[in-house]
Amino acid sequence: MTGPATTPPALHLHGRLDLGDLRLEVPEEEPLEVANGELVAVVGPNGAGKSTLLRLVAGLVGLDAGRLELDGRVVDDGTTGGFVPPATRRVGWVPQERLLFGHLTVADNVGFSPRATPEVVADLLDRLDLRGLADRRPSACSGGQAQRVAVARALAAEPHVLLLDEPSTALDADSRRRIHGLLGDQDPSGGRGRPATLLVTHDADEVAGLADRAVELSSGRIVADGRP
Amino acid sequence: MRRQRAPRSVVAVAWMAVAFLALPLVGLLQRAPWTGLGRLLGDRAVLDALRVSLLVSMAAAAVVLVLGTPLAWVLARTEVYLGHLPVRRLVRTLVLLPMVLPPVVGGTALLFALGRRGLVGQWLEQWFDLTLPFTTTGAIVAATFVALPFYVVTVEGALHTMGDDHERMAATLGAGPVAVLRRVTLPRLLPAMGAGLALAWARALGEFGATITFAGNLPGRTRTLPLATFQALESDPEAALALSLVLLAVSLLVLVPTRERWLPAR
Repeated sequence: MTGPATTPPALHLHGRLDLGDLRLEVPEEEPLEVANGELVAVVGPNGAGKSTLLRLVAGLVGLDAGRLELDGRVVDDGTTGGFVPPATRRVGWVPQERLLFGHLTVADNVGFSPRATPEVVADLLDRLDLRGLADRRPSACSGGQAQRVAVARALAAEPHVLLLDEPSTALDADSRRRIHGLLGDQDPSGGRGRPATLLVTHDADEVAGLADRAVELSSGRIVADGRP
Repeated sequence: MRRQRAPRSVVAVAWMAVAFLALPLVGLLQRAPWTGLGRLLGDRAVLDALRVSLLVSMAAAAVVLVLGTPLAWVLARTEVYLGHLPVRRLVRTLVLLPMVLPPVVGGTALLFALGRRGLVGQWLEQWFDLTLPFTTTGAIVAATFVALPFYVVTVEGALHTMGDDHERMAATLGAGPVAVLRRVTLPRLLPAMGAGLALAWARALGEFGATITFAGNLPGRTRTLPLATFQALESDPEAALALSLVLLAVSLLVLVPTRERWLPAR
């Protein structure tokens, strides 16, 4: 007899990745899993592998062993070499350096993804108070404004997994409040629910205020996993 | 930032270098036949050379753009394999070779490769009835051969400087490889492509050795401005000076769009 069908986690990871001096390792018996709509804070000292973890999920680096699944689909199999490219993984990545497209306007940055609809773009521009900047180039935006553009662009791509690398570090209070408001929202991009989110942060208040769970990385290993 | 005070001996040598570069230009300007310039430049032979030069250099620039952009991208972003052998460094050396090769050697090599009895040329003639030596098309081939490296080096350098982080970002947002190239790589690369194209065009315009060796010096067909200048030096030095002024003016014009890339801001 089979039991009721269970929804696979939005993210399941176990395996190993060697990158320079860093070895990121998640044992098969204690995999990293993130449920749909869950926001997991990733904390730990510099060099622990937090940003590398996000790049791994985004498909910018590959596993040497083990398996990464998104929504139950294997996207990276370090053993067989199976690899789904970033374009079809449905992730939204906001790196520390933002990587906005300098040759495009704010509105075109937010609407860059082929999955971004005009309605969602307009909604995100409003919710992150970017409407007045829509025709500006990113170079004409402040740090806080540029960060809001980066978050909006990632959310407009309808990600199933959102990857945020210190999104509110060194931001002004208003930008921080708006980004936190969006991340705390159960429906941040209009009707699709909250994506599973990995939030890399050094901010204890951010962990306590936003995260459903926190995992601590140290030297490439998860050393703690639980409620913040 | 405060500028350093340079030692006097260094400044003196630097000024000598400036004088060395400026002196020929001063000589040219001092001897230029300013009063008869309009008449000299209106001469049929000069206009013919100008027409051939513009045609050859612009066609070469177009070929450089079409061939050079993918080549620069491949060199900057991927490994190049011959079978299973990685050969990117070898290919890059090959690309750079025309920059250091005496142009007359380049012309000779083109003659033996694409000449009527050349390695490939004999088949071009037999199969396609296409003859390259001593034709305008041959002059375009010679100009492309010497100009291509200037474009590839400029664009490849820009691709290295840009890195591929923005391209990776575009991929995570769902853009496929063609969309990434069209919407991110090429728009970001445009200034470098413009600079590289200006340099390649200027090099094609000034090409002499490979052209005269491979395409000859036929008035109205392969006699470009540099060839006409050389020819005029023997019979009409004033015309040679006038032609030189045209080439000098064009060279200075090329420096305007490329100065940001090649000249420091201060």
